[in-house]
Amino acid sequence: MSVLRSTGALSRRDFLSVSTSAAGALMVSWPWPCAPGAQPAGSRSLGAFVRIEADGRIVIGARGCEIGQGVKTSLPMLIAEELDVPWSAVTVEQLPYGLIASHDAPGYTSRYGPQGAGGSTSIPDGWKELRQAGARVRWLLVQAAARIWQQPAGQLRTHAAHVLHPDGRSLSYAQLAARAATLTPAPAELPLKPRGGYRIIGQPIRVTDAREIVTGAAGYGIDAAIPGALTALIARCPYFDGAVAHVDDAQARRVPGVRQVFRIPGPQPGAVLDRNLAAGVAVVADDFWSARKGREALRITWTQGPGAQDSSAALERRAVAALATRGKIARRDGELEATRQAAARVVEAVYVMPLLAHATMEPPNALIELRPKRALLVASLQSPGGASRMISEMTGIARPDIEIRLRRVGGGFGRGLQNDFVAEAVLVAQAAKAAVKVIWTREDDLQNDFYRPFGLHQLAATLDAQGRVSSWAHRVAATPRKYRAAGMEEESDWIGCADPDGFPAGCVANYLSEFVAVELNLARGWVRGPLPTFSAFPVQSFVDEIALAAGADPLALRLELLGAPRELAYRDHGGPTLHTGRLAGVLRRAAQEIGYGRKLPPGHGIGLASHFTHGGYVAHTFEVAVSAAGELEVVRCVCAVDVGEVVNPLGVEAQMMGATIDGLSTALNLQITVKDGRIEQSNFPDYPLLRMAAAPDVAVHLVASEFPPSGAGEMGMPTVAPALVNAIFAASGRRIRRLPVGDQLKGSTARS
Amino acid sequence: MAIDFTLNQQRSSYRGDPSMPLLWYLRDHARLTGTKFGCGIGYCGACTVHIDGAATRSCVTPMSQVAGRAVTTIEGLARGGRLHPVQQAWIDEDVPQCGYCQAGQIMAAVDLLARKPQPSEADLAALTNLCRCGTYPRIRRAIRRAAAQLQGEPW
Repeated sequence: MSVLRSTGALSRRDFLSVSTSAAGALMVSWPWPCAPGAQPAGSRSLGAFVRIEADGRIVIGARGCEIGQGVKTSLPMLIAEELDVPWSAVTVEQLPYGLIASHDAPGYTSRYGPQGAGGSTSIPDGWKELRQAGARVRWLLVQAAARIWQQPAGQLRTHAAHVLHPDGRSLSYAQLAARAATLTPAPAELPLKPRGGYRIIGQPIRVTDAREIVTGAAGYGIDAAIPGALTALIARCPYFDGAVAHVDDAQARRVPGVRQVFRIPGPQPGAVLDRNLAAGVAVVADDFWSARKGREALRITWTQGPGAQDSSAALERRAVAALATRGKIARRDGELEATRQAAARVVEAVYVMPLLAHATMEPPNALIELRPKRALLVASLQSPGGASRMISEMTGIARPDIEIRLRRVGGGFGRGLQNDFVAEAVLVAQAAKAAVKVIWTREDDLQNDFYRPFGLHQLAATLDAQGRVSSWAHRVAATPRKYRAAGMEEESDWIGCADPDGFPAGCVANYLSEFVAVELNLARGWVRGPLPTFSAFPVQSFVDEIALAAGADPLALRLELLGAPRELAYRDHGGPTLHTGRLAGVLRRAAQEIGYGRKLPPGHGIGLASHFTHGGYVAHTFEVAVSAAGELEVVRCVCAVDVGEVVNPLGVEAQMMGATIDGLSTALNLQITVKDGRIEQSNFPDYPLLRMAAAPDVAVHLVASEFPPSGAGEMGMPTVAPALVNAIFAASGRRIRRLPVGDQLKGSTARS
Repeated sequence: MAIDFTLNQQRSSYRGDPSMPLLWYLRDHARLTGTKFGCGIGYCGACTVHIDGAATRSCVTPMSQVAGRAVTTIEGLARGGRLHPVQQAWIDEDVPQCGYCQAGQIMAAVDLLARKPQPSEADLAALTNLCRCGTYPRIRRAIRRAAAQLQGEPW
């Protein structure tokens, strides 16, 4: 989800605003400016918030969108560490979206810093700033104690929410809070604890609001209520860029509880998709069930739109045709042609990757109330900044007057990077002249998504007379990120499809990364680990195919290609460098933990894969068994991860386990297909996520690392599919080049 | 005609469309939102509640079938401030990620342990609730932990 990543460092205003609440609590917020015209303020600026209650409770605000990646726990941990409080004394509160008008310049300021969830950026964004925010509160408390005791602050220490005097006296933070609130904040950046001095960072900390989750009290967007708000369902045109030709709503209006029925405009064919995705008919009712019955009673004739004849087969034909043309060169090193002429051997393969949906467990929804000059949005979001900007553009309401309450989000996976469901809520609320909650059904969700593009990857490598890889060419045909999107540059439209600096770039002297655009006739989006997952499958599968051709061991070939530990330039998200030694490190660890090279029972095989994802390094090894009938069993599954210094090992382990199972679901079974211009899948039975029976245990190994932390939400996804298919090949001799695996193993398993 | 039933040990009465699924009664009328909407076809299990103690998919259970029966939702599982051992095990094993499916998972697990106090691997594998985040390995650990807890101290 690199699309959301801020590229420029933000200038920072170095002051705290300190105040005392009515209850006597010390509140420290840290405003940051956002340059006018810059990227969404909410996704870009930095800040923190701490409240110390009179009873000693330390309330720490969680600024991020909690989509299951654990930031409601891990970000407050960073603050608590430098504040020097025991985690048991901390209460975490979800902060709202914090956009406010700037005091002294045009534009907006974010009170809390970046609040979006995308690109695994929450931890790297917060790593210094949130620890610094904690340190600044601690500094104020120490200064307060210094004044009370008439003792130089430098002689005072803190421990467990107390300031300690050299003579043994102590004052609690609660005792000091009121005095601290009167002091001027620290004039400059404060020193942070050295590694080794941590009491919270690196500790296994459980999900902070787990009790609310297990008792049903945790509030998700879909659970929000405003008195008097109505519920709306929308019948959306099933044809991309289609329209409502005719609607008979007489039956629908007779359903008890149905209040209003009206048309919702969709995007113009070919236009940028920055609002709602589809034209349709909204049914506004007292509750969900009435709205649903009303929707079922609609009789709508659709105008089919220009993609009405499209199909998955046609999409693949377009991609094949595209590969036969010249594309954009994302990177070219050395001499491809001459190397090929001199090659002893050429290895070639084409890999096929399907369209994917997000299928968050919580379907999209948005509750909105519009007043003449203000608005309230409660929704499950990944991009509250984008929602704020969109609501302002659609209503004319100034962004600081749009209140956005963040709730727990029932899964993100990139779906929430688009706020089309918020646009729908605005349109419905405007027309209904009432507060409304738009709820999507699962069918709505699978059929109206921003899909991970379909792609063909054509790989070619040459081996020289000594069997070494002398060239590597990777050509990708897929739908570019600028397709139906605003503000994307023509020149770099391969970003998100081609990975020119990814492995083995810089490791093979003669190297090509080329991209060819393919028309989609659907909305294109970003799904968990978008580019890395799209890229790792062909690259890591192809390494094994080369190894087979060269008679080399797959692990040895990878390590040989990676070469000496060094940093290579990596210009896409997660850069600016890729460390070959860290990639080799996770590979070795994953291989060691699964017992790579040991003798296996007949029909068993081990496969491996490694990848660099958004600044983190992950390798997977799978041991699988493939029966004569083609039944696949995952026998063992190992994940080795180097995400730098680990903030919360329990959280990182959870992300790796979860992403591994997500990756297995995706590799084995998931695809979106198109027939006669419509999405064929409609609910979970035909978009079959793994259930308990097929979900293996995952042995997660954290590689000790002193590099600054990357995130962890997406890193575990990309290497699953290639490690799996490499294991399948090792077990059965069957090379899977088309995802999902589906029933390709059924039938003959003769070694090819 | 009124549909009378028990909801989390309280008498309740519903007058309205008897075809409305229990899920939407719980969420929109009783304002018990811990029970979640996931698929609407009884497949994913996010809406799992207990009816007369048995795990039931509330999104495909019409109100007409609830008459005279006892419904327990995730909100009614704890006793006073004391969590059910399955809920506590979920916290101890740090199961939730996004957390959306977990109420249904817990209700399914409580039902399983009531039927099979010492569940086998096959019993666990027979649970069909979907978790998009892939928390299954920790769910298995939590159920085993709760099973052990319940052996020593039945709920």
